[in-house]
Amino acid sequence: MKHLISMRDLSADKTLQLLKLAASLEKDPSQIDLSRRVMAAVFYEASTRTRMSFESAMKRLGGEVIGMVGTSGTSVEKGETLADTAKIIARYSDIIVMRHPLEGAARYVSEQVKIPVVNAGDGANQHPTQSLLDLYTILKAQGTLEGLKLALVGDLKYGRTVHSLAYALAPFKPEFHFVSPKSLGMPSHILSDLKKMDIQFKETTKLDKIVNNIDIMYVTRIQRERFPDREEYEKVKNAYIITADLLKNAKDNLKVMHPLPRVNEITTDVDTTKYAYYFDQAENGVYMRQAILATLLGEAK
Amino acid sequence: MKELKVDPIKNGTVIDHIPAGRVQRVLAILKPRATDVVMMGMNFSSKAMKKKDIIKIEGRELTQNEVNSIALIAPAAKVSIIRDFTVAQKSRVEIPERIEGLVSCPNPKCITNAEPMMTIFNLVDSTKREVACQYCERVFTADEMIHI
Repeated sequence: MKHLISMRDLSADKTLQLLKLAASLEKDPSQIDLSRRVMAAVFYEASTRTRMSFESAMKRLGGEVIGMVGTSGTSVEKGETLADTAKIIARYSDIIVMRHPLEGAARYVSEQVKIPVVNAGDGANQHPTQSLLDLYTILKAQGTLEGLKLALVGDLKYGRTVHSLAYALAPFKPEFHFVSPKSLGMPSHILSDLKKMDIQFKETTKLDKIVNNIDIMYVTRIQRERFPDREEYEKVKNAYIITADLLKNAKDNLKVMHPLPRVNEITTDVDTTKYAYYFDQAENGVYMRQAILATLLGEAK
Repeated sequence: MKELKVDPIKNGTVIDHIPAGRVQRVLAILKPRATDVVMMGMNFSSKAMKKKDIIKIEGRELTQNEVNSIALIAPAAKVSIIRDFTVAQKSRVEIPERIEGLVSCPNPKCITNAEPMMTIFNLVDSTKREVACQYCERVFTADEMIHI
């Protein structure tokens, strides 16, 4: 594995190796030493969580971090091409972690430089480290990835994380419940891919019907910026509010996940229940990103 | 007597069986030079296609790469290379496994539309005529492709 650009490039074997290494690093981070290694965090658009999670991952393994957030005051504003920017940053660092608003940007950069590139989000396309940390979180929460019942809730039309999670879980024979307003359903090309892979799924608008029958509830925010029409947004924005009351008859092993930030889709009274798992999920991002950095830097044993 | 709607050419390329209405898109790919002699026929009657378009280019032989890019919008096209008024070479077009640099990505948010770089499309399904952008990973049918 030279780069991590897209979940499509990642074999099931490689995924399992990364999950294993993340678990091992969570127990004992001292097994990997990235001192004198420099990670360049190149963020063409703002991101606090992903960027800080990567920085924390690198620093906790002894590495150093340089970077930029946004393009103001950089050579990008002067009209420098992405290829030039990347080639120069590659001379300063050992690994590039990049977020860019345009789709395919990380792939392009990986073709331009000789050091590993990690895609930390390229527009609506891919965010593979999020998919991997979600897998790791599900594995940790349930002890297995095999045969789980999952509800994916909220904006399934535009939600990049739920799309790639559906693909990432496919090899493990999941049973999906896709819960969304009718206008925000899972795209038909994904449903037809899942059918081809023989994956069981049901689409519904009613969360309360299935809430007591699932192992994982993956909630996403309905994003205002996705809607061309304000009125449409107002109609669906409060479609699903997860409350402690809604979960009162849930299965014991249910865990609620959310890529965060949440707005109002999970009320704070859920935080203190045994079902809340979104903060653990955020923490797991550090372990998974440590595994990714160590692997790409050739330090994974 | 067979009606000759377009003059025969001495040397060059004839592209026949272009779906009616697509001749301009085919020409947009071929980008004739200012000095090229080009004959363009639209809505000719055809047994197989009912109506078809046709292009004859005097003095230019299409390369394989150019022929392949036509496959995205004219899958049934027949390409004949003419030398001294006779057909020297005849070929059908096929969507290649990989199409480099000939077509732009229809996704406005694709990096290929923002950077000075070459597009690359990979064949996904030849019967559905679907290709995927190597960069933004979106899948497009041939009809959705915009030609540079």
